[in-house]
Amino acid sequence: MAKITYITKAGEEIQLEANSGSLMELAVKHKVAGIDGDCGGVCSCATCHVHVAPEFYQKLDAPTEIESDMLEFDDNVTEYSRLCCQIPISAAVDGITVNVAN
Amino acid sequence: MDTTNLNCVIIGASHAGANCAMELRKQGWQGNIYLIDADAHLPYHRPPLSKEYLSKEEEGATKFKPLFALERYQEEEITLQLGLKVTKVIKKLKSVILSNGETIRYDKLVIATGASAIVPPIEGIESCRKVSVLRSAKDAIQIQQDFKTSTNKEVVIIGGGYIGLETAASLRKLGGNITVLEREERILARVAPIALADYFQELHTANGVKIHTGASAIKIIETDDAIEIQCNNRNVFTADVLIVGAGVKPNTFVAEEIGAEINNGIKVDENLQTTVEDVYAIGDVAQFYHPTYKEWMRLESVQNAVDQAKIVACNIIGNRQNYNAIPWFWSDQYHVKLQMVGLSKGFTYMVIRTEADKKDCFSIWYFKNDALIAVDAVNNGKAFVLGGKFIQNKILVDPLKIADNTIPFKPNNFIKTEINAH
Ligand SMILES: Cc1cc2nc3c(=O)[nH]c(=O)nc-3n(C[C@H](O)[C@H](O)[C@H](O)COP(=O)(O)OP(=O)(O)OC[C@H]3O[C@@H](n4cnc5c(N)ncnc54)[C@H](O)[C@@H]3O)c2cc1C
Ligand code: FES
Repeated sequence: MAKITYITKAGEEIQLEANSGSLMELAVKHKVAGIDGDCGGVCSCATCHVHVAPEFYQKLDAPTEIESDMLEFDDNVTEYSRLCCQIPISAAVDGITVNVAN
Repeated sequence: MDTTNLNCVIIGASHAGANCAMELRKQGWQGNIYLIDADAHLPYHRPPLSKEYLSKEEEGATKFKPLFALERYQEEEITLQLGLKVTKVIKKLKSVILSNGETIRYDKLVIATGASAIVPPIEGIESCRKVSVLRSAKDAIQIQQDFKTSTNKEVVIIGGGYIGLETAASLRKLGGNITVLEREERILARVAPIALADYFQELHTANGVKIHTGASAIKIIETDDAIEIQCNNRNVFTADVLIVGAGVKPNTFVAEEIGAEINNGIKVDENLQTTVEDVYAIGDVAQFYHPTYKEWMRLESVQNAVDQAKIVACNIIGNRQNYNAIPWFWSDQYHVKLQMVGLSKGFTYMVIRTEADKKDCFSIWYFKNDALIAVDAVNNGKAFVLGGKFIQNKILVDPLKIADNTIPFKPNNFIKTEINAH
């Protein structure tokens, strides 16, 4: 089980647990505001943009080129931006905190 | 508006309908929400049907990606009725009748019935057992099974549109011998400009898919172990699996019953209401006037379904909103991601931008007079996102700078300065 914390734009903190799927899927399942996942998780819509807590950002696999490209000019991009449909849930992300970007 | 005692009935629980139900709750709808679909599967994402789903070896219905988990419908108190068709709508009684005989009264009705795949009137097609369209989960299961059990993995696809080409790419990945028959002189004839169609034609050819243009199937003969497809140009093709991707027609039946105006889709106003009061239509089934592009249109895309779902929910609850979203779309084939934003129809000129250090990465920028109206991006998310912003904010960009790939890809490098603009 990985524990994941989402912080929405409005400042609401939502703690969830799961052991499979992606951070986007878990967020949609539990109605985390600001994560829509319109394209179903294929890097086509950018409706799943989050900022990953810096200490965790480095631990994740690097984003693919298409993901970085989608983020580069997106609103509210930071150096810790990720499309969370590209972050799979596993023990490796246990304890992660992400801020919803939009 | 006090909605406590009101019923909202949504016909069709796919991208448009399911999102509409969720959005209604978000907007504060207190009354009942009935979400009805003839499809028995938990509402799922359709785009993967021709992509991930078909290109993977394993099978099984569990792999369909749900739009929302079942618990979400329960938490939101949305009455999801799957595997039931709306067979009749009685306008006078403001009621819908389901295939199990149940009657549900509505105060607001949303028609989100989408579109169905067209089976063209080709001689012999009706009686052929091994022909599939690709619109639903059931179709995808059928294609996957037919392909798996076929001896020669010879697949013929009638129609070189996005669905036909995605299906070709997916089954090619699994080792199929694929032939695409396109009736027009080029693939993607209705949906993409020549430059893009040429690129995809080459991409498929390089991947070993045979594409025949100007090839119209006129007769289909099924034998014990194969299907023979005869074309207008006397060519004959043999297949063990035949797939038809010949476009869709909007499911307007329900709206016809209540006398709503129909013209290639159900006509809706800027609030997405049909010509019948309290009846709305959204998604693939809706024909609407786009204020930015100043044209009537019916779009077939996830973006349009989801965005209309959100707008219609606001209107139903009494918070008037006009629909004016910039359309976007994507298609995944092999290693290529195509992303389109805006609508290129009616463009007066276009420029192509390649990226100096990358192959298989370019974008096409379409202008109408001075205005940027659309961008098609191939493996280029930057062009897709930035192009979308430029279009949304009506920013004047310099086509010559876009076309010059020695100029780095940065917004400020493309925006026309005041002096240039005059
Ligand atoms: C294989 C495939 C790949 C695609 N790929 C992409 C893509 O990459 N990108 C993209 O943007 N778009 C893509 N699309 C298009 C996208 O899926 C559609 O635009 C979208 O599904 C439209 O949603 P909708 O809810 O309006 O209609 P639909 O998805 O067609 O849903 C309508 C629903 O209404 C139900 N229904 C109809 N009549 C009745 C009735 N009388 N009673 C009860 N239920 C009824 C149907 O069963 C159906 O479930 C693809 C479509 C397909 C089929
Ligand atoms: S869900 Fe569309 S990009 Fe992540």
